[in-house]
Amino acid sequence: MDAFTTLTGIAAPLPMANVDTDKIIPARFLKTIARTGLGKSLFANLRYREDGSENPDFVLNQEPYRHAEVLIAHENFGCGSSREHAPWALLDFGIRCVIAPDFADIFHNNSFKNGILPVRLSREVCDQLMEDARMGGNARLTVDLQRQVVVRPNGEEIPFEIDPLRRHLLLNGLDDIGQTMQKSTSIDGFEAKQRAAQPWLYGAPQQEERTAS
Amino acid sequence: MSATKPRTLYDKIFDAHLVETLPDGTALLYIDRHLVHEVTSPQAFEGLRMANRPVRRLEGTVAVVDHNIATDASRYTGIDDPESRVQVETLEKNVAEFNVPYIPLTDARQGIVHIIGPEQGLSLPGMTIVCGDSHTSTHGALGALAFGIGTSEVEHVLATQTLLQKRARNMRVTVEGELPAGCTAKDIVLAIIGKIGTAGGNGHVIEFAGSTIRALDMAGRFSICNMSIEAGARAGMIAPDETTFAYVKGRPHAPKGEYFDRAVEWWKTLPTDEGAVFDKEVFLDAAEIVPMVSWGTSPEDVLPITAAVPDPEAAADEARRAQLRRMVEYMGLQPGQKLTDLKVDVVFIGSCTNSRIEDMRAAAAIARGRQVAEGVRAMVVPGSGLVKLQAEQEGLDAVFKEAGFEWREAGCSMCLGMNPDKLKPGQRCASTSNRNFEGRQGPGGRTHLCSPAMAAAAAITGHLTDVREIAQGKH
Repeated sequence: MDAFTTLTGIAAPLPMANVDTDKIIPARFLKTIARTGLGKSLFANLRYREDGSENPDFVLNQEPYRHAEVLIAHENFGCGSSREHAPWALLDFGIRCVIAPDFADIFHNNSFKNGILPVRLSREVCDQLMEDARMGGNARLTVDLQRQVVVRPNGEEIPFEIDPLRRHLLLNGLDDIGQTMQKSTSIDGFEAKQRAAQPWLYGAPQQEERTAS
Repeated sequence: MSATKPRTLYDKIFDAHLVETLPDGTALLYIDRHLVHEVTSPQAFEGLRMANRPVRRLEGTVAVVDHNIATDASRYTGIDDPESRVQVETLEKNVAEFNVPYIPLTDARQGIVHIIGPEQGLSLPGMTIVCGDSHTSTHGALGALAFGIGTSEVEHVLATQTLLQKRARNMRVTVEGELPAGCTAKDIVLAIIGKIGTAGGNGHVIEFAGSTIRALDMAGRFSICNMSIEAGARAGMIAPDETTFAYVKGRPHAPKGEYFDRAVEWWKTLPTDEGAVFDKEVFLDAAEIVPMVSWGTSPEDVLPITAAVPDPEAAADEARRAQLRRMVEYMGLQPGQKLTDLKVDVVFIGSCTNSRIEDMRAAAAIARGRQVAEGVRAMVVPGSGLVKLQAEQEGLDAVFKEAGFEWREAGCSMCLGMNPDKLKPGQRCASTSNRNFEGRQGPGGRTHLCSPAMAAAAAITGHLTDVREIAQGKH
């Protein structure tokens, strides 16, 4: 995973609430065994017309937003399915940061695992940032994770909150599996204790499924 | 935390699975059961392969195919769609390489992952259960902590049998009283989502409580917990009780004999303590619930079947007005139109929300001796091979077929538009599934969520219908 430190780029306004993960990437595009290549299917049902041509009304089909690295939306962004294909599609398109008043839990989690920074700011601030974004190519937004601020094109700095562990992992591009594996002694200990207290949880499905298949 | 402080069901299961608390307060949580399917696992296995990591605990893991597969006989002769085929074959290759227990397509126990977990006794009270699928919340009906995870977390669980978790806030939804005739668990959960909204449970785990919930059978409890995620809560839970224990007893992977008695003893300690504090409380009077149907493109946009399409211009703010205008347009509706005047093209009875034997029976009771309206395609998709077998033993398949319904093989089917069962653009569908998002059942498809009985009623009349009128012999 790429580290996220500071990003200065074009922001695309998407003034919609409840942007669900089916909208971010419809299920028919989930039939992949790779993490990459999903950018062309990002927001497919909004971005393309039935004949496959681009819908010129959709923000990501307009200049300069084709090159957006930040997306600004309304409440409850990323609700619905747990598909990690949603952040993969955003990332593959080039978006590294989503700003919204709040996020659905699973999407919020999935974003951090892929080097995408979800920033929670009030609805009022999101609307302000959308106005900034509508000024086009010269209106670049800076997202500084180190200092935990979003910098508006007029230089105004807006602070945001973020969980310290997630900030640390993102700033350093760290994979948390490796970190957890260092806890294997604790995990062994937990299993030994649980096995003694609830032996029925151990030794079950493996053999039976094997013989059945 | 002091040992005497009253705790919730969620707190107790969370505490019982705490391996370690990291310095910043993040919990390393042990996972008892990991269910794996073909859509959200390939990149996780690939990650293990690249890092040369094994699956830590094979006996805690079970894999099955459900999302991609066809639900007709064609599935046994190979999958036509090349991408779907690759995904299914990749799972088969991965389970073989990593030795993961697998229930193949040809096995009678195959089915939707959230149906077969409880059915096989793989999901038990008190467990932590995860799956790369948001509807994992279903299993919480057993009194378990069950939630959906992304693929990176699937890889994390495969490698370590744990997850890094922040403790969620506690929310309780209490439903009291007797459920009126014609109403089901599905109507309860749709009414709850309508009340609290799709973000109402964000950051919380919801415990469903109250006399109405207690009176539900396990099938109804699964339907309710299944849709917790539609209210934004990652997990929904119901305290285990005698109904739960009777359901679990004798299941293939449930504890047996003395182990079962010991397990029940522990499970009985799990319900929320008197005096435990919830961060958020919501109350519903069951007497006020009526058969519900969704009209828009978010599960919070539900109404009683007796209502009419709302007028977007009546909404309080411009953002909401714009949202409602878009919904009315996408769904092909007129403000003020009666919901019962909406003609349906397709009826789908199935999905992890409503494909258990009890759902099949409820739909069959409406279908029996009646005929599917002309021009309507009605399909019934049991949740597992075993549900299908049982329904056939009870003669339900004959009831459906005689009425003109298609009787199909187990799978996710038309819930999500990634297998051959899809809506065509503009088609209107009464569906027992869980999401009515734009394009969810196929690009341009229009979904109306409802209970199995309501869906069967729509199939018979050809339009959204108040199931209570069928019972009164009006159709």
